Amino acid sequence: MRYLPLTPADRAEMLATIGVATIDDLFVDVPQAARRRDLFDLPLHAGELEVERELSALAAMNRPAGAGPFFCGAGAYRHHVPATVDHIIQRSEFLTSYTPYQPEIAQGTLQVLFEFQSQVAALTGLDVANASMYDGSTACAEAVMMAQRVTRRKKAVLSGGLHPHYAATTQTIAHAEGMDIVRQGVAIDAEAAVLEAIDADTACVVVQTPNVFGVVTDMTKIAEAAHAAGALLIVVTTETVSYGLLKSPGEMGADIAVAEGQSIGNGLNFGGPYVGLFACREKLVRQMPGRLCGETVDADGRRGFVLTLSTREQHIRREKATSNICTNSGLCALAFTIHLSLLGQTGLRELAAINHGKARELRDALAAVPGVEVLTPRFFNEFAIRVKGDAAQVVESLLADGVVAGVPFSRLDPAAGLDDVLLVAATETTTSDHIKAFAQALAGRTA
Amino acid sequence: MTMLNVGRPTRPEGGSDAVGHTSLSGGRGLLQDEPLIFELGGWQKTGVDLPAPGQDASDLGDLVRSAPIGLPGLSEPEAMRHYVRLSQKNHAIDLALYPLGSCTMKHNPRLNEKMARLAGFGDLHPLAPQSTVQGALALMDRLAHWLKTLTGMPAVALSPKAGAHGELCGLLAIRAAHEAAGQGHRRTVLVPTSAHGTNPATAAFVGYSVVEIAQTDDGRVDIADLAAKLSPDVAAIMVTNPNTCGLFERDVIEIGRLTHEAGAYFYCDGANFNAIVGRVRPGDLGVDAMHINLHKTFSTPHGGGGPGAGPVVLSAALAPFAPAPWVVSSENGFKLVEEAEDEAAQAFGRMSAFHGQMGMFVRAYAYMVSHGADGLRQVAEDAVLNANYIKALLSPVMSPAFPEGPCMHEALFDDSWLDDTGVTTLDFAKAMIDEGFHPMTMYFPLVVHGAMLIEPTETESKQELDRFCEALIALANAAKAGDVDRFKGAPYLAPLRRLDETLAARKPRLTWRPGDKGVAPAPLAAE
Repeated sequence: MRYLPLTPADRAEMLATIGVATIDDLFVDVPQAARRRDLFDLPLHAGELEVERELSALAAMNRPAGAGPFFCGAGAYRHHVPATVDHIIQRSEFLTSYTPYQPEIAQGTLQVLFEFQSQVAALTGLDVANASMYDGSTACAEAVMMAQRVTRRKKAVLSGGLHPHYAATTQTIAHAEGMDIVRQGVAIDAEAAVLEAIDADTACVVVQTPNVFGVVTDMTKIAEAAHAAGALLIVVTTETVSYGLLKSPGEMGADIAVAEGQSIGNGLNFGGPYVGLFACREKLVRQMPGRLCGETVDADGRRGFVLTLSTREQHIRREKATSNICTNSGLCALAFTIHLSLLGQTGLRELAAINHGKARELRDALAAVPGVEVLTPRFFNEFAIRVKGDAAQVVESLLADGVVAGVPFSRLDPAAGLDDVLLVAATETTTSDHIKAFAQALAGRTA
Repeated sequence: MTMLNVGRPTRPEGGSDAVGHTSLSGGRGLLQDEPLIFELGGWQKTGVDLPAPGQDASDLGDLVRSAPIGLPGLSEPEAMRHYVRLSQKNHAIDLALYPLGSCTMKHNPRLNEKMARLAGFGDLHPLAPQSTVQGALALMDRLAHWLKTLTGMPAVALSPKAGAHGELCGLLAIRAAHEAAGQGHRRTVLVPTSAHGTNPATAAFVGYSVVEIAQTDDGRVDIADLAAKLSPDVAAIMVTNPNTCGLFERDVIEIGRLTHEAGAYFYCDGANFNAIVGRVRPGDLGVDAMHINLHKTFSTPHGGGGPGAGPVVLSAALAPFAPAPWVVSSENGFKLVEEAEDEAAQAFGRMSAFHGQMGMFVRAYAYMVSHGADGLRQVAEDAVLNANYIKALLSPVMSPAFPEGPCMHEALFDDSWLDDTGVTTLDFAKAMIDEGFHPMTMYFPLVVHGAMLIEPTETESKQELDRFCEALIALANAAKAGDVDRFKGAPYLAPLRRLDETLAARKPRLTWRPGDKGVAPAPLAAE
């Protein structure tokens, strides 16, 4: 077996050194009833060529997003990632290292995390950011629980514009911790209803911009109302590229910003691994979940970086920790940081403008299709349309034209009664030909 | 050609002892003193060539950002050099033994990376129509089959994103099962003193109070103490097996029986599954739920701290409460069940936005298929053999915490052998860095004084183990001979010397701030 260096002679010699006769003598503590003498009912080992054949055959059964016109978004976005990113993240020193608990031999990872935190703080317009979370949805749940620690209140108001999977994740996890989760009704302009739900028991208000229907909203008034009631404002973003063009959460008064960072540096990967961004105001930092990297000096006075404030964390505080999370999403954060270092603020702004322009081109093309109604007034690179009939069936039927038309809202929330709503997204990878093909196919079907 | 050396001396001449020599620029030869991107980059610079935007953003009015973001840009060569320079300051499993106990730092096959990057996996959208992702669903189904077969458990929830997320998933399933059975009043979770910190953290997170179970002198769960604490208030017990002392819980079947008799569930922390994979099935031990760290046993890369993946196998009693989504197969192909309704009516909810760490599923599956049933059994055997070999070689100079009997995949030492040397476990570990090895896990488990937990894994050759043990024996002898400076000032030869972690915590500097170095961001160009 190619991954196992020991030879039969090595094993015999090592057993002799240990002073036992057979390998079974090292498993004597396993109860007799649980010892499996026979091999399990699974195939035997396979060479690299055979493994490639099996997995390539499975991969070939799928239609990659890049195979043609493709308009799915709803929390995961297809962007172009520079080749440099994938090269660097495959370097052994980044790929095959552990959490940087020994800072003297982990400055590479640590400096990257410090750069990542600095980038995320700048993007979100907030003071501090952590070294990443699992993904946007779990970051959202963690933010809600952090608000409980800060305010000592139990009620969290989730806007109906929040991605339904984020709302469900937050409900599952934060409810488990004893919070009362108020999920407001799903609506395209759901943000207006948030104001009425804020009261003296509210720990936090969770809003999303662009929201799940693509609506871009200025949250300043909601921030004011939340703060007046002693609650925190949590602003969620699922499309990080939008930060390049839109007002940042911090600028709008957010106390905590969370986001899905997949759009920068990371592929679609069928839903994971992704990278959760988490930023907050400085005064809240000791209630923050997750790892933090901080600047310090070494014994010779040279600048260096270490994991810090770990007294919040599970491996030190055990049952008193701010979160049970042990890991972050280090390699995805690295990919994010490299891609964003390449873009810079100038490139990110341009990229965001291109995305916005493509979505407007798509909007114009789809709005011209008879029977299609564009529902989202102001959007970044994603919007909702109403189609004739069931949106899921529309998507299925357009596959025959080679077009993956988007995400039917019913897939995210079957109970919302929005079966005729389709979410469509465009990015810099969308071509004008893709847009024409989509509009023609849709017109052909509705005609 | 860089130098015509014909007739020029290339033999080293003159100079003094290299000890104490410093460069004029602050770097150390190939190890550059590398600034932050904020001190390197330009505010107008970008390393990506994009087509010019076709339209302005006037339709967004005052929603558009007016202030500059404050992000520097680097050209491609600058970015490449910056990150390659940084990479060279990291230890890595590809460089040398990485014996972190409880972390299973094994070789990461590059085939797995290649497979995860096939467009048919890497370029798949999680919400693409299910008819277009049948191969991905088939892979999840096959991975689930392997995990269920290897653990002897009937069900698996794939979506948890890491070990601690898996623990949370398991405890939520347990809580849902208790509530469904009218046992929602159970408020306590029992955890041995040697447990990973995530176990009590997760139990507390779900709202349980944590009660510790004592440990016996031979490093196992104290059955008498467990029996005394198993009350009608106990919801679950969380036990790591093999445990964090590197020992198999001999009484594990009895632990399961007592737990079930008390109406509680048996959660097993599967962090150490590598020691028994292919030889022992947790399902045969009475386990109700166990997370599997794909980044440990199944070799998905640790990546400097994630991403991980923590699927949870479940017993028949807990399976109905598993969170959405999961894959079912029918004559029409595979279907992803995404909502807690119909056949998933009792599902406790959702762990994250999508279906879990698909990129890790592909890597772990490629790893499993490469090994096969025979190779995986050999994995466990070689991992245990390597750990016992290290224990045998080091026991004459260091003090094993549990000298009697074999260990499993990791060898645990205490610090009693350092008594009177003036050297601590931390000093010893830092001196290992100068010898080219990553330190072992230190001061964990908490039940052993000055603990040093060494896990070599099965992917180390005998030659590398011998080299490692020779280095540690030499260090141990140096400590006992009074060569204290070698340890107190260590590391001397790493990219940096020991860092001031107290300073970092007292005055946290967590982000670069304009004015630290470099220049303030210029305003964005007008539209």
